[in-house]
Amino acid sequence: MDITLPILILAIPITMFLILGIGGVKMSKKMAGVLGILGLGTTAVLAYIVALTYYFSGDPLFIVDGVRQQYQVFDVTWLAFTQSLVVNIGFLLDPISALMLIVITTISFMVHLYSWGYMEGEQGFQRYYAFLSLFTFSMLGLVVATNIFQMYIFWELVGVSSYLLIGFYYKLPSAVSASKKAFIVTRFADLGFLIGILILSYYTDTFNFVDMTSNPDGVLLSTGGATFMGASVLTWAMVLIFTGGMGKSAMMPLHIWLPDAMEGPTPVSALIHAATMVVAGVYLVARMFPVYCTVDAAMTFICVVGAITAFYAAVVACAQIDIKRILAFSTISQIAFMMVSLGVAYDKPIEGVHYSGLGYMAGMFHLFTHAMFKALLFLGAGALIHAVHSNNYTAMGGLRKYMPITHITFLFGCLAIAGIWPFSGFFSKDEMLAAMFARHWFWGAWMTMVAGLTAFYMFRMYFLVFWWKENPHYKEHKPHDAPWQMSLPLIILAIVSLCAGWIPFGEFVTWNGEPYHIHIELSVAVTSICIAVCAIALAGVMYAKENPLPAKVKSFWPTLWEAAHRRFYWDEIYMFITHKIIFGIICKSIAWFDRHVIDATMDGFAKITQKTSYAIRGMQSGEIQAYVAWYIAGAVVLAAITWLCLI
Amino acid sequence: MFENILIWFVVIPVIMMAGLGLCRNSNMNAIRAVMVVCSTALLGLSVWLCCDFLRLRGMGVDDEMLFTGSWMWYEPLNIHLAVGVDGISVLMLLLSSVIVFAGTFASWKISPLPKNFFLWFALLSTGVFGFFISIDIFTMFMFYEVALIPMYLLIGVWGTGRKEYSAMKLTLMLMGGSAFLMLGLLGIFWHSAPAGGQLTWNILEISHNASIAPEWQYMLFCFTFVGFGVLGAMFPFHTWSPDGHACAPTAVSMLHAGVLMKLGGYGCFRIAIFLLPQAANELAWIFIILTGVSIVYGAFSACVQTDLKYINAYSSVSHCGMVLFAILMLNTTAMTGAILQMLSHGLMTALFFALIGMIYGRTHTRDIRQMGGLMKIMPYLGVCYMIAGFASLGLPGLSGFVAEMTIFFGSFQDADLFHRIFVIAATCSIVITAVYILRVVGKLLLGPVQDEHHLALTDAAWFERFSTVTLILCIAGIGCFPNWINETIQHSFAPIIAAVQSAAL
Repeated sequence: MDITLPILILAIPITMFLILGIGGVKMSKKMAGVLGILGLGTTAVLAYIVALTYYFSGDPLFIVDGVRQQYQVFDVTWLAFTQSLVVNIGFLLDPISALMLIVITTISFMVHLYSWGYMEGEQGFQRYYAFLSLFTFSMLGLVVATNIFQMYIFWELVGVSSYLLIGFYYKLPSAVSASKKAFIVTRFADLGFLIGILILSYYTDTFNFVDMTSNPDGVLLSTGGATFMGASVLTWAMVLIFTGGMGKSAMMPLHIWLPDAMEGPTPVSALIHAATMVVAGVYLVARMFPVYCTVDAAMTFICVVGAITAFYAAVVACAQIDIKRILAFSTISQIAFMMVSLGVAYDKPIEGVHYSGLGYMAGMFHLFTHAMFKALLFLGAGALIHAVHSNNYTAMGGLRKYMPITHITFLFGCLAIAGIWPFSGFFSKDEMLAAMFARHWFWGAWMTMVAGLTAFYMFRMYFLVFWWKENPHYKEHKPHDAPWQMSLPLIILAIVSLCAGWIPFGEFVTWNGEPYHIHIELSVAVTSICIAVCAIALAGVMYAKENPLPAKVKSFWPTLWEAAHRRFYWDEIYMFITHKIIFGIICKSIAWFDRHVIDATMDGFAKITQKTSYAIRGMQSGEIQAYVAWYIAGAVVLAAITWLCLI
Repeated sequence: MFENILIWFVVIPVIMMAGLGLCRNSNMNAIRAVMVVCSTALLGLSVWLCCDFLRLRGMGVDDEMLFTGSWMWYEPLNIHLAVGVDGISVLMLLLSSVIVFAGTFASWKISPLPKNFFLWFALLSTGVFGFFISIDIFTMFMFYEVALIPMYLLIGVWGTGRKEYSAMKLTLMLMGGSAFLMLGLLGIFWHSAPAGGQLTWNILEISHNASIAPEWQYMLFCFTFVGFGVLGAMFPFHTWSPDGHACAPTAVSMLHAGVLMKLGGYGCFRIAIFLLPQAANELAWIFIILTGVSIVYGAFSACVQTDLKYINAYSSVSHCGMVLFAILMLNTTAMTGAILQMLSHGLMTALFFALIGMIYGRTHTRDIRQMGGLMKIMPYLGVCYMIAGFASLGLPGLSGFVAEMTIFFGSFQDADLFHRIFVIAATCSIVITAVYILRVVGKLLLGPVQDEHHLALTDAAWFERFSTVTLILCIAGIGCFPNWINETIQHSFAPIIAAVQSAAL
């Protein structure tokens, strides 16, 4: 394959970032917007060409005997730590990176277009587009990474673009602290990632993904059975690497930054905190999947973390008021779904060939469909917020008459996430649940329950926003549908959310490149649809028309509602640890120690010297009598000593 | 003598001083002209040297030191003015000249007594350049002292706050370090040749002779390492740094944190480790503990400071601790990381101090509680501060990331538990650094404007922009294209690593 296109895919967004970032001040808003959209549009076209060439060209570089290959388009040395441990910057094409190219550029393009309308009146419009370009560049670099260190590099870069975009409204203290929180929490997780890479690369002596994943047993052997505190070092490495993924993908207990990240502009939430960056953790596990498969403990860990997070986030989402927070928790829950799906997958056929790697395929499928419908939901939420100037559903209600386009597209998104046939979410969720049931009935049952909760809280929000009762404020300020730049992406994404499920996904993306024929698991499908429909019906009964039922339910379990509303006090716990313990005790006492012990000792030397010299300076008095007296005293002492020595 | 390119690194600052001597204090333009011409000449010279060096290496010239020259200075003690550079010294010279260049522009409007300020500034540069070109440890020590003394006057006269106290403290502590160092260097000299041989100060000859007995090595290693470690802000000898930096004028802080603190790290491997390899192998663990503590301790201390300069001074303790920590790992990768960290820390701290000076010059306060929302008022300075912050917390694409990662991956090659624990403790600093950097950025630049009077302030002037852009370009340059520097350094470490390894056998 020609390397020009892949290079351009990375080069155009970063160039746009530099142009808009440096020259933005001098540019008009329109110019900046057009440049940003054109740049990203070109990138998207190129990415589609590359991805579709990969999938469909049948070139022996990409597919051999029906098995899709991993192909490094280029891989150049960036930094050589040692002879063998070399960091490269490259471009890896394989089923999942090609998939991500499509997902990222599609959503990013939609968001660029949408932002043109949404951010129109904002100051710093040029800066906004610059940061979006930076983010797109970093995310593309992350997914095409040929080695784990390149991934780490871009991992950090997406972190910083996320920081910059969350803090876009930098005059608001809440946005500043949210951006800080997001960066520091993910940085903390990245520490685990880094230590994981340190351990893994120490044993394997390579960073390269292809080397590691094509020979996972070799990775296992290279550690020579070394253990640390009872677990093998490979387990440590893989769990630590997963920690990095937990941070970016907001898994418990590192999820606390994502709800706060909603302080950023809504299109940013759609792009970064729903569709692309937050699935980086899932992508990381998928990327290292063959190695993870050799470490059972790590796989179990992924499942457990995912299952707990999915349930927790779904419960919390039922008790939120801010619609962006509801979507944020739903994102956490859905990503946890993908994590469990990857965690239950296995590489070797255990109970017949049928299920091997199904979880992997289903997880990636859900990543794809989720990106589309969650971006749709966020952009829809943006249109709502744009119309009523509030994030809370209490300021909405009965909006279906005023905003028909938003209403229909939002409904599509809700149906997709609830997993109703024929929307895309149904297909991917069905595959995931089938994979979970195939591993163990517990995972399947647990996640089916979470899926039911998902349908409930999504439709709770849907009904409260579009039905319930009309808000009296509409009389003064009539809400209306958004301008075309905003509506067009909604419509496109709604159509994609409706149709994406029909893609024969297993033909394109599987863990080992061999095609996998999807077929609907009827028992699972029927159960999950029944549960979803019941949950939607329940939400309808409670929230479709104004009625006292929700208040009753709330007062029935006031503590539970309050706890769920306050997200089970995770933020307070973190606040306590960071502010009171780390900041208040550790940092303050170290700073005190430095000033009052170490520095005081140094000053003490100086003071002692000074005091001594003051004390003895009287001897140099200039009085001849004193000198004579000292002279005689000295002579006497010397004479006495001499005399004592002689006898 | 003057046909040797290296001598010019000392001659140009001397010319600079002579030129300044001819100017009058009131004639600011003449002073600036002299400074700009000479610092540009230095920058040009070091770039030229760098290119020439790479060319010679490319041609396969494989000597340990290039451009060597040696002139007798004091015969009875066999003291020479001996010069020579390897890749590391070349990079250090480049760093120094960049910072002298940027520092000139950062102190464009220094007052009072601009001429005297620049005279001492030039003397300080002479010392720094002289130190990096020397391979005779006596002349090296002399230049080291030449670089230290002007600090006293520069802080004491042009400083702010408790300047007399700080100047005195800094000078005395560094002089205390020099005393240890002098003992160590004399010890090395007296054992520099096998019995009956000609004693020498020349680094290459001493290392070639390898005649220092192990029991002497232990003592001398401690003397020299502590001596240089004081300047490298090693715990617990770092307390001159916060006070000294807080009171120093902008350009002096830049040069001091940017270059002078590097003299410590440079001396540690060039003298302590290279000449005393056996002791280095056996005693490294003591200093690994101390520097490991420095890294975490400095970072935690920085978290609660409220004065911008104190924050950066403590952050320097942490970052410079990383330099010494990596040097003590005694393997090529980690030591390469140490040099990268020196370059990176030099550039980014210089940038930080330049920006703090500019902000202080406008707001007349360095207390972050009294400032806020400056990004709105002075976007250019705000963006630069953010870039410096990102470099400091190790954002890929800027120099800090490259340096830290090289250090971590190099240090991780030592497989025993002791090293592992300290490396992992050191990696934790990336999180703490993020905490204090973002805390400052959040309080200082973002959020609502704290003080109404700040609304009237102006953004950077052209000379300030010039100074910062130079530094940012260097930081991004190292961060984006690290490999040529990396290779140059790795190659230069070969003799040192060879000495250490042969001593370990």
